[in-house]
Amino acid sequence: MINRRVFLRNSALAMVGAGAAPLWLERALYAAGTPAPRKKILVAIFQRGAADGLNVVVPHGESAYYSLRPTIAIPRPSSLAEKRGQCAIDLDGFFGMHPALAPLKPLFDQQHLAIVDAVGSPDPTRSHFDAQDYMESGTPGLKSTESGWMNRALAKPVGKPSPVRAVALGPELPRTLRGAQGAVSMQSIGAFQVRDQQAAAEFQHMFEASDDPVLQSTARETFEAMAMLQSIQKQPYTPAAGAEYPRAPLGESLKQIAQLIKADVGMEMAFADIGNWDHHVQEVGQTASEGKLADLLRTFGQALSAFWTDLGGRMQDVAVVTMSEFGRTARENGDRGTDHGHANCMFVMGGGVKGGKVYGRWPGLAPERLYEGRDLALTTDFRDVLGELVSRHSGNPSLQGVFPGYAPKFLGLV
Amino acid sequence: MHRKAYWGLGIVLILAAYADSGSFSKPISGDDRILQALNRLTFGARPGDIAQVKAMGLKKWIDLQLHPDRIPESPLLLEKLKPFETLAMSSKDLVRNYPAPQIVKQMVAGQIPFPSDPDRRLLIQKMVKRDEAKQGDNAATPTDAPERQKLAAVLTPDEVRRLRTGTPLERLAALEAMPHDKQDDVIGALPQGMRQGLFAVAPPDLRRRIELTSGPAQVVARDLQESKILRAVYSNRQLDEVLVDFWFNHFNVFLDKGADHYLTTEYERDAIRPHVLGKFRDLLEATAKSPAMLFYLDNWESVGPSTPAAFPRGPNAQRRGLNENYGRELLELHTLGVDSGYTQKDVTEVARCFTGWSIDRPNLGGSFKFAERRHDVGEKIVLNVRIPAGGDQKDGEKVLDIVARHPSTAHFISRKLAQRFVADDPPAALVNRMAQTFLKTDGDIRAVMQTMLESKEFWSVGAYKSKMKSPLEVVVSAVRASGGNVDFANALVNQVAQLGEPLYRKIEPTGYSNSSREWMNTAGLMARMNFAVQLSGNQVPGVTIDRTAAITETALGSPEFQKR
Repeated sequence: MINRRVFLRNSALAMVGAGAAPLWLERALYAAGTPAPRKKILVAIFQRGAADGLNVVVPHGESAYYSLRPTIAIPRPSSLAEKRGQCAIDLDGFFGMHPALAPLKPLFDQQHLAIVDAVGSPDPTRSHFDAQDYMESGTPGLKSTESGWMNRALAKPVGKPSPVRAVALGPELPRTLRGAQGAVSMQSIGAFQVRDQQAAAEFQHMFEASDDPVLQSTARETFEAMAMLQSIQKQPYTPAAGAEYPRAPLGESLKQIAQLIKADVGMEMAFADIGNWDHHVQEVGQTASEGKLADLLRTFGQALSAFWTDLGGRMQDVAVVTMSEFGRTARENGDRGTDHGHANCMFVMGGGVKGGKVYGRWPGLAPERLYEGRDLALTTDFRDVLGELVSRHSGNPSLQGVFPGYAPKFLGLV
Repeated sequence: MHRKAYWGLGIVLILAAYADSGSFSKPISGDDRILQALNRLTFGARPGDIAQVKAMGLKKWIDLQLHPDRIPESPLLLEKLKPFETLAMSSKDLVRNYPAPQIVKQMVAGQIPFPSDPDRRLLIQKMVKRDEAKQGDNAATPTDAPERQKLAAVLTPDEVRRLRTGTPLERLAALEAMPHDKQDDVIGALPQGMRQGLFAVAPPDLRRRIELTSGPAQVVARDLQESKILRAVYSNRQLDEVLVDFWFNHFNVFLDKGADHYLTTEYERDAIRPHVLGKFRDLLEATAKSPAMLFYLDNWESVGPSTPAAFPRGPNAQRRGLNENYGRELLELHTLGVDSGYTQKDVTEVARCFTGWSIDRPNLGGSFKFAERRHDVGEKIVLNVRIPAGGDQKDGEKVLDIVARHPSTAHFISRKLAQRFVADDPPAALVNRMAQTFLKTDGDIRAVMQTMLESKEFWSVGAYKSKMKSPLEVVVSAVRASGGNVDFANALVNQVAQLGEPLYRKIEPTGYSNSSREWMNTAGLMARMNFAVQLSGNQVPGVTIDRTAAITETALGSPEFQKR
C-alpha cells in the first residue's frame, strides 16, 4: 500500500522539482513518512597540499590583505556585471568567496553552508606529511597514534555492523579511517566486485582458511562489502534533480558517496580527497578566475553543489566537512604563489547545519597579528569543528576517545 | 563476532611480538631457504628457479646477486629495452627530443633550436601544425567530429572506411600499407580509442611512433615506468633491481613535479643505480647534487637571507630567502631518521650550508651548479660540529660527511633495509649488528647486506613469508610465476597504479611504505584478485602467460601469493 503521506511527499516534490524544494518542506514531508531514525552520515573531504584559505574565503574588508598580496589578491566584491566572476562574492560585508565557488553561494544564503575561518591544527609543522598525518589521526604533535579520528568516531556497534559503515573512495584506506572498527576503501562501487564469479567463490574460500589474520579479516571485510554492494551495482546511477558532478575524481567520489547514502546500506562515515593545492607558483592567473587555484575551486564548488542537489532531502541526515593540512603564507611569494603557512578555513555543509555565517574569531592580518610574522594566526582548533560534528551530528557521546587529550569547544555549527 | 576476531587478532599480534625472539631464532631449512632467498632478493620465483639455485648452490647464487656486474644480463631483456632510447639520454637531450608543449613553443619562437635529428624535427614540426589546426577547428566547429574531417584530409574515403570499421588487425594492415610520412599524419588524426586499439596489435617500432605522435613528453615517463617493469620481470641481476627500487624509494622524487619530468630518468640511472651496493656516502652525495632532488625539494631556489641574491633589483622583485625543505628531509628521511635528536636549529643550519646548491636552467634539463651569490658564508653549527665561516660548496659536502657517518644514520638505514628484506618489525639485535657493520665499513651497503644475509634472523621462521607484497611485487611476481611473456608493459604499469603504487608518482618525499600493513585494505585486495583473474585468463594487454606453467588460476589471487 502506498500510503497517503508518501504520495503527498512525492507529488509535493514533483511540484516544486526535487532539489529545488525548500529544505523545510522536504524535511516535514520526510519526517512524516519515516518509521525509524536513519543513521546520520558524516562526509569528510581532505584538500591535500594545503589550500590557500585566504584566497578561498577572502577577507576583503581587511586592507592588509591587499597590501600583502599585491598581485594575487582576489579583488573586492563588485556590483558591475562585467566584473562579476573575477571578484570575491560577498558573504557578510567583510568576508567573500572566491568567484569560482559561485555554485556554493546559494547554499550559504539558504543557511545550509557554514564557514569556519582561522581554523586548523595548532601544531607548528609546515611539513605536508606530518600535518596531514596529524589532521587525520586527530592528535596534533603525536606521531605514535595508530588509528584515525574518523575510525574512532564510529561508535561501538550494537549487533552486527554494516560492512560499509565507513567508506573511503580511492585505492588506499586513508589514515583517518584506520583503526579498530571495520572500514573499506573502494575505487568505485561498480569496480568493487570480482569479475569472475567462480574465482570469487574460490578466493573467498581460500582467504577464510588463511592462517594470516590480517589477510583473513581484510578479505572478510571485502567479501561482506561486495555482497552488500551487489544489489546496487546492477543499475546505472543517475543523479537526481539533474545534478551535474564535475568530471574529476572528487566529482566521481561524491557521486559514489551519494549513491551509497541513497541505497541505505548503513554507511555512517565517508571520506574523499582532492589533491594538488600546493600552489607555490601560478596560484592566480591574470584574473582571479584563472590560475591553478581557480581551476581547482571550480571543481570543488561544483562537486559540493552537485552533491547537495543530488541528495535533496537526504541532506537532512548528512554533514559534509572539508579540511586541508595547513594554510599558506599571508604574503604572496615572488612567483604568483604562496608558501606553507598556518591557519586555514573549513566548510561545513548539511541540512542540519546552521549555515549562512562565517564562524571563528578573525585574528587580523596586521604584521603583529601574523603567526610567526608570516601566516594567518589560528583561533579555532580543527578538533572543535570535527568534535562538534562527531558529537552532535553523528551522536557519539565519547569525544575523549575520539580526540584524546583535547576537549573540543563547540561553535554551534549544528 | 567480526570485531571480536579483530581484537583477537590484536592479541595474536601482541603475542607474536613477544614471541619474536623465539621465531627469529628458529631456522628454516631445505627448499624453504631457497624460496626465502628468491622471495626476498628477487621479484619472485619463476618456474625452474628453485632447481637452478639448488644446482648452483645457494651460497654462490647469493654471492653473485651481491655482485651484479659478474652476472651477464639477460639478452631477452636487452632486446626488449632497445626501443627505449630515452633511457640512455641526458636530461638536456630529453627536453629537446621529447619536448613538452611549452618547449615546442620556444622552438617555434626560435629561442631553442629544434632537435638535430631530421626525423625528430619533422615530427615536432608536424605536431605544431596539428596543434594549430586543432585550435582553428575548435574555434570554427567545436562540436563537429574533427577526427573524421582530419582523416578525410589525408585518406581516400575507402581508406577511411577501412580504418573506421575494421578490426584492430585490419586497421594495422591498412596503416602498414601506407607510406611512412602518411602513417604519421594518419596516426595523429586517429581518435584516442582507436589509437589504443591499434597499439595493442602493433609491432614495437610502430608502437613507438604511435606514442611519439600522441605526445612526445609522455614517452619519457612511459619508458621509465615500462622499463622498470621489464627489468623487474626479466633481469638476471634481480637483487640489483630490487635495490634500485629500494633506494629510489628511499630518496624519492616525484615525476610529475615540473622539471622532474625530464630529470628523473637521469636521476635513477646516474645517481641511484651505480651506488645501490656501494658506499652510502657516495649515494647520498649523488642524490644531493642531482638536479632531480634539488628541484623536488626546492633547494635550487634556496637563498642565503643576507646574500646579495636575496635582494634582487627590479620593479616587481621580491625578497628571497632560505628554503628548509631539503635540509629537513635530508635529516628526517634520508639519513638520521625522525626523532633522532636533531633540532629545528640543525635543520636551519643544514639549509644554510646548502644555499647555492642549485641547477643551471632546470626546465631545459640543466645540471648541478654552485651559485656563489646565493651561498650563506657565515659560520654554521650542525649537530654540534662547527663549520667555519667563509666556506663554499664544501659546506654542504661537510654536512654530508657528518650525517652519512652518524650512528643514527647507520641505525636508521640498517633498520630500513631489514624492514624491507627481513620483517616489518625486524629484531633489534639484527639491526644493531647491521649498524655496526655500517659504521665499521664506512657505510658499505654491500657489507651491510652481507651481515643481514648471514644472520640467523634472515633465515628464520619469523622472517619466512612474513612480508606482504607491494603492488609492484605482486604484479611482477605473478608474471614471473606464470612464465609470462611481456610484449609491452603499459597495462602492467597501470595495474601497479590501480593497486595503489603508481610508479615514480609518489608525491611525498617519504616514498611508499616499507611496511606490509599499508598495502592491505579492501580496495587493494579487490584489485589483486581481479588482476589474478585477468592475468590467468590472458586478458592483460601485452602479456601472454604460459598456460602450461605449474601455477593454477586461483593461485595468483590466493592469500599465499600475497606474501613473500
